Amino acid sequence: MAILEVKNISKRFGATVVLRDISFSMEQGQSMAIIGSSGSGKTTLLRCLNFLERPEKGKIIVGGQLLLDAEDPATQKESEIRRKRLHFGLVFQAFHLFPQYTALQNVALAMELLDREQPNYRKNAKEIDAHTREKALALLEQMGLSDKTGLYPHELSGGQQQRVAIARALALRPDVLCFDEPTSALDPELTGEVLKVIRNLAQQRTTMVIVTHEMAFARDVADRVIFMDEGVIVEEGPAHEVIDNPRQERTRQFLSRYSG
Amino acid sequence: MPKTLDAVTLALLGAFRLNGYIFVGTLVIAIPLGLAISFGSMSRFGPLRWFTKTFVWAIRGTPLMLQIMIAFFAPPLLFGIVLPRTETAIIAFGINYAAYFSEIYRGGIESIPRGQLEAGQVLGMTRSQIFRKIVLMQVIKRITPPMGNEIITLIKDTCLARVIAIMEINMKAQQFASKGLIWPLFYSGVFFLVFVGVLTVLFNYFERKLNYFR
Ligand SMILES: Nc1ncnc2c1ncn2[C@@H]1O[C@H](COP(=O)(O)OP(=O)(O)OP(=O)(O)O)[C@@H](O)[C@H]1O
Ligand SMILES: [Mg+2]
Repeated sequence: MAILEVKNISKRFGATVVLRDISFSMEQGQSMAIIGSSGSGKTTLLRCLNFLERPEKGKIIVGGQLLLDAEDPATQKESEIRRKRLHFGLVFQAFHLFPQYTALQNVALAMELLDREQPNYRKNAKEIDAHTREKALALLEQMGLSDKTGLYPHELSGGQQQRVAIARALALRPDVLCFDEPTSALDPELTGEVLKVIRNLAQQRTTMVIVTHEMAFARDVADRVIFMDEGVIVEEGPAHEVIDNPRQERTRQFLSRYSG
Repeated sequence: MPKTLDAVTLALLGAFRLNGYIFVGTLVIAIPLGLAISFGSMSRFGPLRWFTKTFVWAIRGTPLMLQIMIAFFAPPLLFGIVLPRTETAIIAFGINYAAYFSEIYRGGIESIPRGQLEAGQVLGMTRSQIFRKIVLMQVIKRITPPMGNEIITLIKDTCLARVIAIMEINMKAQQFASKGLIWPLFYSGVFFLVFVGVLTVLFNYFERKLNYFR
């Protein structure tokens, strides 16, 4: 069964139609790269998945559960949206770490807040806190940041900050982890360390949607690739096929700008 | 009237206690009330936003001295209620400073990048968790310098309480001057210099404490 089904999503800002009838689905453990030129609607699509934008039309279904039907207000209650967001994680292009917290605190914060909402939290507070801390430390270790856990974001390089942001997004174990051009804000020599971490996640079969301009990375790491242009999915298929042998003329034109 | 340094010091110090009392009372009212007003002025509910903004405009657009007089004369003349004098001044000061603080808070809150809120949202935080756990500390850091300025202005503004015959330090010093003794006027300034000096040190310390993040 598909872990994620996106059905006929349409989104406009005023008179500009940004997404037109976007549909795709993903299996558990798959990673999907989304490529496309600037303004084609990639960020907007990820923001719709994370309930940061509300589409006018379409459905989002995770693990068979209907999370959003844009035409059914009953699926859009503010109180439930918050919980629904937990099915998704989002890694931003510009990291957006919380500056007043250390790397460890950034990763642990959301877990701690959810812990405290548990009815039995008060009884076992110490144990639960220690357990959460362990989980956060393990995530940072997985990101290769064991020696940076006590540093504040401004004390970290861009690549390190983005890896903290990835650990933070993984902390709540989302069903689908989304990346919005995770390396675009980085100096070229720092992109490698972030891509490596994402590659490892793909090997561990983390379900991911990755918006990226790194074509070689998309081909090697993603199982499938979607090429978007002007708010529509022009081409979709196995990563190697779409990137090495695109069928559509528009995909070819787009990719020719990246080859060489 | 006694004219020795000791006697003048004692008299001015006694009067300055009133300035200090008004100062503290004003902050106790204005710091939380300003936050409530800033929420009102950022509300998504149009009428509340409009009402709050008009209120802030009226308070910031008229002299504090006038507001103190209104607070003093309006309750007895309109409703036959007589309130204690110093507390009346504190209420007027508190409302006035709350209006200024609310604008500082609003500027601070609105200066937090959207990405911070969105990062909290995608982690499943509630609006209140985002405010308390993410926004608040960053706002405190940003508003510390302008709040320091306002609070330094406040201790000097407390002299305005004399318009309703509160015997604060400025009025006291003037009494000496009108009896032909000029130096207590200069001397009364020293009280402010010392007070403001202490505040400046405190605020610098606080700002440095908040330098652990950017
Ligand atoms: N909040 C908004 N209000 C109005 N228009 C918007 C808004 N957000 C995005 N758009 C418009 O929607 C279109 C798609 O934007 P989007 O950010 O999704 O593109 P993108 O594919 O992520 O581009 P890039 O590769 O540059 O990041 C653009 O034309 C953009 O100007
Ligand atoms: Mg984008």
